[in-house]
Amino acid sequence: MTRRLPANFIIGAVLVTLVVGVAALSVVWTPHDPTALNIRDKFADPSSTHWLGTDQLGRDVVSQLMAAARNSMTVALVAVLLGGSIGVALGLFASAVGGWVEDGVMRLADLGFAFPALLFAIMLAAVFGPSLSNAVLAIAFINIPVFARVTRGSANQVWTLDYVAASRAAGMNKFVISRDHILPNIAAAIIVQATIEFAVAILAEAALSYLGLGAQPPASSWGRMLSEAQTLMYLAPHLAIYPGLCIITAVLGFGLLGDGLRDITDPRLSRQR
Amino acid sequence: MLELHNYSVSFGPVAALRGTTLTIKPGDRLGVVGESGSGKTMLALSLMGMAPDNAHLDGLLRVDGQDMTHATEKQWQQIRARRVAMIFQEPMAALNPLRRVGDTVMEPMRVHEGLSHDQARARALALFEEVGIPDPTARLRQFPHQLSGGQRQRVLIALALACNPSLLIADEPTTALDANVALRITDLLVRLSVERGMALVFITHDLAAVARATEDIVVMYGGDMVEHGTTTHVLAAPAHPYTKGLLAARPDAVGSTRDANGKRHRLPTIPGTVPPLMALPLGCRFAGRCPVEVSHCATRKPAVTHTGLGRHSACHLHEGDAP
Repeated sequence: MTRRLPANFIIGAVLVTLVVGVAALSVVWTPHDPTALNIRDKFADPSSTHWLGTDQLGRDVVSQLMAAARNSMTVALVAVLLGGSIGVALGLFASAVGGWVEDGVMRLADLGFAFPALLFAIMLAAVFGPSLSNAVLAIAFINIPVFARVTRGSANQVWTLDYVAASRAAGMNKFVISRDHILPNIAAAIIVQATIEFAVAILAEAALSYLGLGAQPPASSWGRMLSEAQTLMYLAPHLAIYPGLCIITAVLGFGLLGDGLRDITDPRLSRQR
Repeated sequence: MLELHNYSVSFGPVAALRGTTLTIKPGDRLGVVGESGSGKTMLALSLMGMAPDNAHLDGLLRVDGQDMTHATEKQWQQIRARRVAMIFQEPMAALNPLRRVGDTVMEPMRVHEGLSHDQARARALALFEEVGIPDPTARLRQFPHQLSGGQRQRVLIALALACNPSLLIADEPTTALDANVALRITDLLVRLSVERGMALVFITHDLAAVARATEDIVVMYGGDMVEHGTTTHVLAAPAHPYTKGLLAARPDAVGSTRDANGKRHRLPTIPGTVPPLMALPLGCRFAGRCPVEVSHCATRKPAVTHTGLGRHSACHLHEGDAP
């Protein structure tokens, strides 16, 4: 089967590979220690030793951006996996049981949607104190209703299919049917959703860190770099521009990749465009 | 082993199945025929405890002497596969496209009988051989899209036989297959039924297949059993006007479409169409389309009467005491 891959998929895949590659590289190598201070070299211009210069404390910008990419990816991955698995489990459960249980779970999900995600994260930080793990929990929590809704919607479609009826006729219970027949057949929709939610999680982490509710110093974070650079905008605008570009690249990359995956797995949608 | 007494399935005021009385004994081969919407599939699903959740069930349904009319899903899970199994109309749609067919067939054995993977695999292999799938070892590892329609129906039969049921319900098992394959699947079902002493409920609208495969027949119309009896007698000399119409409407492969004078003649049909369930007459469901209708047909439900030669017909014309 040869079919041209959609452009958004290709662009998304390239950007994601770039960001993930840099994040992975930072585990073993960064040009400098991203947290090493060097006051004498503060606000250094780009040079062969500091490719993008240094910040107000003389830390190497490239090293910080790389370490921040790793932190960002880790937060997004843990948050999406955690929120996603709970959401998928809830959605499968609601779809399998049906009736008032299904309605109840879905109304709870609606309630979850009603909360502005960021506001909820701020509330959590206010109650439990600002920390990266609390930020992860907050982002995971706002992912639950998203996945629950997508899962339940797709699962309800699969439940009406003949092979599910055949499995019921073979005496299978709803748990076995959900695990062996429903989940594999809705996996595509969930993966697409997870990719898109990954982009949302990166943005949420950046926003929380910007507000000081995410990564705490000295850990590197794009959001925190932005907030620190904000006061120095006239003095050193590049300190704000680089992390901003990184956020754009990562969010755009995962967003496009998710859209592209959706176009590939659901040809009905792409044809309408 | 399976008994229906005055069994009804209704959705609000609409009855999809009305007062069905039926007994299936071990080794019986029963054909169920009727048009689309006559309640055949609802009957099959009811026998599996798979009538839709919003259906209202009435009457009595017994499996192995146990009243299952209002049994829970859990109770039915004990009956399905081990006592009563079912195969479906669309072999294309009835297999999970993402699972190897071997895994699908092995699943009920592992869940119901706690067989190990190897034991289940050995039994699946034997079943594939029994239902005539060539090269069964390789087939076990294949996905549904790699099999032809006839092969898939054989896989589904193997799935239904996984836990040695004593009754197999086949809901239009050959409708989606071409005539040649359909014939072989029909013969396979008969062979399995005879060899295993397994009762077979064969639902179809193919009268030739019913004649070939079954000993007894039930003719359904609008959710009613209008006629039942020995297949040979019912098909050779139908008593109920609907069965007569159904048989007359068969195209004859041997005869021509021209009469003795060379004039083309149309295939006889039953006038009209099956009315929607909402609009069915309250008495005899066939009223309004029946060529021999009498005044009270539409309002009074005819009783089932023995009409000789092992046939039972629900028609006012056969009620000796009809006013």
